[in-house]
Amino acid sequence: MSALGRYFIFLGSLFVRREKVRIYWQRFIDEAVRLGVGSIFLVSIISFFIGAVSCIQTAYNLVSPLIPVSTVALIVRDMQILELAPTITCIVLAGKVGSNIASELGTMRITEQIDALEVMGINSSSYLVLPKVLAAMFTFPLLVIMAAFLGILGGYIAGTVTEVISAKDYMDGIRDSFIPYNVFFMCIKPFVFGFLIATISSFKGFYTRGGALEVGTASTQAVTSSCIAILIADFTLAQLLL
Amino acid sequence: MIEINDIHKSFGKKEVLKGISAKFEKGRINILIGGSGTGKSVLLKCLIGLLKPDQGKVMYDGRSFYDSSTEEQQEIRREMGVLFQGGALFDSQTVAQNVQFPLNMLTNQSEEEKRERVAFCLQRVGLASSADRMPSEISGGMKKRVGIARAIVMNPKYLFCDEPNSGLDPLTAAKIDELIKEITEEFDTTTVIITHDMNSVLEIGQNIIFLYQGYKNWDGQVQGMFKSGSDELNEFLYATKLIREMK
Repeated sequence: MSALGRYFIFLGSLFVRREKVRIYWQRFIDEAVRLGVGSIFLVSIISFFIGAVSCIQTAYNLVSPLIPVSTVALIVRDMQILELAPTITCIVLAGKVGSNIASELGTMRITEQIDALEVMGINSSSYLVLPKVLAAMFTFPLLVIMAAFLGILGGYIAGTVTEVISAKDYMDGIRDSFIPYNVFFMCIKPFVFGFLIATISSFKGFYTRGGALEVGTASTQAVTSSCIAILIADFTLAQLLL
Repeated sequence: MIEINDIHKSFGKKEVLKGISAKFEKGRINILIGGSGTGKSVLLKCLIGLLKPDQGKVMYDGRSFYDSSTEEQQEIRREMGVLFQGGALFDSQTVAQNVQFPLNMLTNQSEEEKRERVAFCLQRVGLASSADRMPSEISGGMKKRVGIARAIVMNPKYLFCDEPNSGLDPLTAAKIDELIKEITEEFDTTTVIITHDMNSVLEIGQNIIFLYQGYKNWDGQVQGMFKSGSDELNEFLYATKLIREMK
């Protein structure tokens, strides 16, 4: 409970004694490139293959002659949009981005770089963490939209190449019973998950004490806590918004 | 001038500082000495606002730091320059960007003015040719000098140095000492140094404060250090063979 209290105090500290807007803007751009653009390759590979595998495995299990083949594409689409693209992508990002944030801030802490900021009269948590949080909340939804597209594309390529589904059936399937609200729901998730990953990882890194061993521990804790928070938030959002 | 009055600081049940009072005079080099674990670093952190004392006052030219509002504390902080033990340079920035950082954050100077000031400070510490190098590409002594350049870029009234010579060869250490001395005289700063290095104490020290087990054991001019009458200070001073032979 005390850790939770310190986490909320930490969140509060991001919004007091702020610096000039142009400084945050530059930091935001840097972080968006580092956290978002730097994750495009990993997210692309993972989402493409998850889409491909989900198409083949769905087709493998869906053998009833009463169910049209295009249902495979419908299932791939809804799995991608509702769960795989937002949640799995953000769990992957929790590993990549979360550990990066925690180890960066942890190293800055133990090498007195954060103390140097404080001594200059700069609110170190706001200066270092707020741009990361905003960058994660801005870039993660874009990455998830890309992941959903690539996942559905991966299903299309895998399905047509292995001939489990024809191109026409796949295209019919992904257009069938489409609910636009699901796309909105898909975008809300990474917005919330981005906030959780960035703030939890920053919190773990920012209060690191000790040396290299503790930086590693903070990094591991950041990923673990972020993943748990994502799963709880995923369930809560599904309950509230669907 | 900086005055501290009856500073106490504990961590859990361990009392690290047990009521320390002292004065750090303007335009002079004030050196805090003492064995490991005597509270020097904790006292420095209390001085620069990184650790709030449990009791006592820290006064900057009559302004009580911990009784001031956040805005007033910011003002006092902006008059400080701190050289951290490892330099505390920002890894992602070049040497010049590190030195320019306080100017970017705390002033409204034009880019031209900032560049001139950075060039002056780097020139002052003898690193004009290393402006575009990254901290990972320079030596420990150079990092300390960049740290000094960053500490003086805002024209500080108070300069704090945490073990400026640790991990340096004697020649580089002597150069850093000389640089700190010149800066103190040139800018009339109130300089406070923590060190274990008796060479530094004897070379540039003017006012000396000796901490022992969380108390101030002795303070005075460097010349009086060897006639202090304090057994603890004598034990500390004569720990090295060189000084024993000098005696």
